[in-house]
Amino acid sequence: MENIISAEHLRFAYPGLDGAPGVTVFEDLSLQVEAGSFVAVLGTNGCGKSTLAKHFNSILLPSGGKVYVCGMDTADEDRLMAVRRAVGMVFQNPDNQIVANVVEEDVAFGPENLGVASPEIRRRVDQALRQVGMYEYREHAPHLLSGGQKQRIAIAGILAMEPKCIVLDEPTAMLDPRGRKDVIDTVKKLNREKGITIVLITHHMEEAAEAQRVVVLHKGKIAADGTPKEVFRQVELLHSIGLAAPETVELCNELNGRGAGLPLDAISPEECAQALYDWVKA
Amino acid sequence: MLKDITLGQYFPGNSVIHRLDPRTKLIMTVLYIVALFVAGGWLSYGLMLIFLLGCIRISRIPLKSIVRGMKPLVIIVIFTGILNLFYTDGGKVVLKLWALTVTTEGLKRAVFMVGRILMLVSGTFLLTYTTSPISLTDGLESLMGPLKKLRVPVHELSMMMCIALRFIPTLIEETDKIMSAQKARGADFETGSILQRAKALIPVLVPLFVSAFRRADELATAMECRCYQGGDGRTKMKLLRYHRNDFTALGIGACLVAGAAVLAAFGL
Repeated sequence: MENIISAEHLRFAYPGLDGAPGVTVFEDLSLQVEAGSFVAVLGTNGCGKSTLAKHFNSILLPSGGKVYVCGMDTADEDRLMAVRRAVGMVFQNPDNQIVANVVEEDVAFGPENLGVASPEIRRRVDQALRQVGMYEYREHAPHLLSGGQKQRIAIAGILAMEPKCIVLDEPTAMLDPRGRKDVIDTVKKLNREKGITIVLITHHMEEAAEAQRVVVLHKGKIAADGTPKEVFRQVELLHSIGLAAPETVELCNELNGRGAGLPLDAISPEECAQALYDWVKA
Repeated sequence: MLKDITLGQYFPGNSVIHRLDPRTKLIMTVLYIVALFVAGGWLSYGLMLIFLLGCIRISRIPLKSIVRGMKPLVIIVIFTGILNLFYTDGGKVVLKLWALTVTTEGLKRAVFMVGRILMLVSGTFLLTYTTSPISLTDGLESLMGPLKKLRVPVHELSMMMCIALRFIPTLIEETDKIMSAQKARGADFETGSILQRAKALIPVLVPLFVSAFRRADELATAMECRCYQGGDGRTKMKLLRYHRNDFTALGIGACLVAGAAVLAAFGL
């Protein structure tokens, strides 16, 4: 499979004030994201998750090394718009990314910037709103919607630009469980049905478990990388860097500590229940 | 309490006036104001009043809400009326109170001036009542388009207005939240002199400003992510287009100005 995003020996430091030494975030980070995949990036606060995400569409430029998006160097100014068109970004606070005071006008903002013709914008806006299940709300005022709905509007605003990849930077951090589920379901559907590559930055293990691949960042380095089953069974490692495995894995791990021989790759509640059933029966 | 503030007071509806192009409505309002100032006699004022009432009727905006909107103007209206009543010479003397005299001419002027202010304000209310803020902004941007040649940042101005309108409710909500937080820690906004109450607001304004700047920063990043590069090369989803009704309306507006001018020329 082709890589849609590729960071090669990425080095990045935030510049310090008045000549003071800056804060180094990455020293030598390499990461490839395959086209069409659903990748979750996990890590504690301050591990560089958001900084990494901002490298994926040229908001931040590497101090050293390269980041390529669809083969384009993100540091190439002439390709800036092409990069941002290919990789859309959804941020944490839904309030601070909605521009217009009517839902459909906000979704139209991206394609309007790209200079798309009016009838085509209309088509894209309607389609995007249907895909996130917010079509009935197209004439509402955004500030009257719930957090989850606003975040889906923000996703629709990115979808209308028809990107190849969407990077979501903790999109559910400010939402209630219901809104969180709606957003994650929407994202999964887009990945499955439209083949859009998803990079989901999160610190909810349950969300990461939905991805095809989990990358754990710690202090600017990749601490673990693999399928959810491969990553979450490394419970000791996760604990040592201040993360927890999903509750199901934690439960099995706890019981194993007391002499049970449970598998650690039973992530979903159903799998876990089955594993427990088998164990009790045996 | 802060939630009650509304800007522009748009009444959603589907009347002929609601459906007019915002540019038409803006031009009509200007024409109407011009006609009002041209008018100079009972007949021309009557014409304007009939036109105004007709428009209110067609727009199906309840007359009550227009009257309610004029409450803050009461003092100005009374002041204008009294000034014109007592300080206009000419005509027969109707009433004499100490040094103050009321003449027929003064009475007429007072009625005209008060009528002019009331009709002017209700006319502009009709514009904001029947046009949503966003289409008003679109209309202004389009009408001011030619000013771009004079390097007036028309697109930037309308974008700013649009974002301001978008964030007013958000910031009001935030102010409410900050005030509640301060109250929970014993702040007092309700008692004391005006000066004391104003001072109590400072701890509300500081966090509000800080958060507004942070929001602005995040919004700017989000807008850049959506390929915003200013007005050049930008298209619009909803194109403004004049329809037959708009031409009719503009024709009526032109007739109104012409009519008022002709009547004024004959002193009617």
